[in-house]
Amino acid sequence: MQSQLAPVLAPFKGRKGTTIAVLQKVQEELGYLPREAIEEISKTLRISPSEIYGVITFYAQFRTKPRGRHVVRVCRGTACHVRGGGAVLDQVKRDLSIEENESTPDLEYTLETVACIGACALAPAMVIDEDTFGQMTPGKVTDTFAARKGGN
Amino acid sequence: MTHHESSPGTNGGKRTVLVCQGTGCVSSRSIQITEGLRKELAAQGLAEKVEVKLTGCHGFCERGPIVIVEPEGIFYCNVKEKDAPEIVQSHLRDHKPVERLFYKDPTTKQAIPRYQDINFYKKQHRLVLRNFGHVNPESIDDYIAAGGYKGLTRALKEMTPDQVIEEVTTSNLRGRGGAGFPTGKKWTEAKKSKRTPKYVVCNADEGDPGAFMDRSTLEADPHTVMEGMIICGYAIGSSQGYIYVRAEYPLAVKRLRIAIKQAEERGFLGKNILGTGFNFSLEIREGAGAFVCGEGSALMYSIEGKRGMPRVKPPRSVESGLWGMPTVLNNVKSFAVIPLIMLNGGKWFAGIGSPNSPGTAVFALTGKIANSGLVEVPMGATLRDIIFDVGGGLQGGRKFKAVQTGGPSGGCLPASQLDLPVDFDSLDKAGSIMGSGGMVVMDERTCMVDIARYFLTFTQDESCGKCNPCRIGTQLVLEVLERITRGEGKPGDVELLEEWSRTIIQTSLCGLGRSAPNPVLSTIRYFRDEYDAHINEKKCPAGACKALITFSIDEEKCKGCGLCAKNCPVGAVTLIEKKKPVKLDQEKCIKCGTCYDACKLDAVIVK
Repeated sequence: MQSQLAPVLAPFKGRKGTTIAVLQKVQEELGYLPREAIEEISKTLRISPSEIYGVITFYAQFRTKPRGRHVVRVCRGTACHVRGGGAVLDQVKRDLSIEENESTPDLEYTLETVACIGACALAPAMVIDEDTFGQMTPGKVTDTFAARKGGN
Repeated sequence: MTHHESSPGTNGGKRTVLVCQGTGCVSSRSIQITEGLRKELAAQGLAEKVEVKLTGCHGFCERGPIVIVEPEGIFYCNVKEKDAPEIVQSHLRDHKPVERLFYKDPTTKQAIPRYQDINFYKKQHRLVLRNFGHVNPESIDDYIAAGGYKGLTRALKEMTPDQVIEEVTTSNLRGRGGAGFPTGKKWTEAKKSKRTPKYVVCNADEGDPGAFMDRSTLEADPHTVMEGMIICGYAIGSSQGYIYVRAEYPLAVKRLRIAIKQAEERGFLGKNILGTGFNFSLEIREGAGAFVCGEGSALMYSIEGKRGMPRVKPPRSVESGLWGMPTVLNNVKSFAVIPLIMLNGGKWFAGIGSPNSPGTAVFALTGKIANSGLVEVPMGATLRDIIFDVGGGLQGGRKFKAVQTGGPSGGCLPASQLDLPVDFDSLDKAGSIMGSGGMVVMDERTCMVDIARYFLTFTQDESCGKCNPCRIGTQLVLEVLERITRGEGKPGDVELLEEWSRTIIQTSLCGLGRSAPNPVLSTIRYFRDEYDAHINEKKCPAGACKALITFSIDEEKCKGCGLCAKNCPVGAVTLIEKKKPVKLDQEKCIKCGTCYDACKLDAVIVK
């Protein structure tokens, strides 16, 4: 861990107000924020672990558990809500047999919701990794996962 | 039609194909369309004669991906990858535009080839969105060709900081973040302060679900926002600016990075800008997903790397903002019009829109609307103008029920308010707010109690937890709303909601709490009958609250086409025989409404 993080943390030494940026960078590197990483950030940047945990738990972006290989994000924005986003989320839960913020046992998928992805014209929308799927219906959700299973 | 006057589409006689690369269009594969066009142009030997140009959001997201051919202004919508060769061969080689990709007016069914003639564009007045869809956001040359950095040059070379502030004050520009505080007044106070360093901060933490205009502005025209910030820095005496962007907007962050680098190379940012001795630099700070960080003091704490929790005001940010120093915080759209005010004068701006709310209003028009997209109209335009003229009315010709403005801090307005002129003061009076510009249209299938519950779920989740009225109050209100939508409402619940809402408004620390009850109060004010139906009759008139509805098949109307059976995600509908009514298994039915939406014969009954 030490050797892996040292170059990531180096540019932030001595700069003020960088806690969030550091955590973003480390999470990008490791996929999540394990306890050991938090301890190292604390030592290098001279911020107490409790303060770092305070920041981590305040913001939705940070995770202390690993995620699946693919992240499914269902948009819960207003436009998606009035166009049937709730039924889309329910269907993803059924198809993957997991709840929000959970991962499938094989760590293939993690299910998250997002306040709004800003693609409201495509409502209801779902994102898998970088790909956006618009105008979803429960049926299309099932088709999408089935196609991925067949294709991959 | 100001935004077309400076349209750089002519490109010195060379033809240009503009391909929208806004988030919506990219999601529908506009990058692949661009590649397809380039490939086919090369194959046809036209690569030298036709330029394929990327642009930011064109605004008409409903019809994306959008491709425009200039100089003729031919507008293609819902373009697919496989259409690229035909556009090149038929239009660009043989000069025969591809008619099947034209926009068709939903009412007249007529095909309209040029975008200038489409109602969606014709009825808009674009200032903030002026460069959308014309300028390549990743090219500073394009921005300069469209008149960019002229406002900054004028401010720096011909005006004193006081004169800059005077023009902004004359313009009567009110903060576009939602509260409508006079920008000139804010800048004056920051200028007056003797304490240094001072900071300029751009609030691009667009957290309202259903609003995406700030994101699109940064993606389509990042330079205009930066130009506004540099002018502000000059006016108040600051040499450091921060743009606080949501991390959920990676494309906006990427384009801002490119724009900052280009502006530094050209001497619009950095030391001794334009040889005037004025220094200004810009940094991007990415938010990490907390709605409350849109609030001024919370945003500053977040830039400082802390938990974004609001503090008691005063002192306001202009006195004690970032790291306790004088700070001007403005919204993306406020900064975006500053270059225009420098060029055309404050009086010009004050003459647009309504007297107390001059300028234009930008809305993200979404929901059950025919034309979802970004819309900019003069302040004072009515809701009817926006929804029915620009927006083309409701999807599928359904009946209008309500429009929600201002996101979780706003309210729902009914049909009787459609002729309300849209500006800061009249929306406030009607029980909603201008907010950051979300405008979500709802039809008879949207339950107003459920909408109130939806917004409270959001605010309750996003409450930072610092003050009790917001943390506990929103939880209590949400519990009552959940009870009502489950069919367990009791007489007196509405009065209870009203009383708690008033308490939360009066006693919360920041704007999040003080506005959180607005969706509840406005739906009670205009749609009390729906609350009563849920509580007294245990019915959801909109057919949306699952606990209170059942789906069934109208055997008279059903022709057994099987569309519902095909779409049902849980196999609850069985097709017995063609032309015979289908069977719906109540045990299996999850009440998702897919069959209702799929049925073309209105044969699914929701009760």
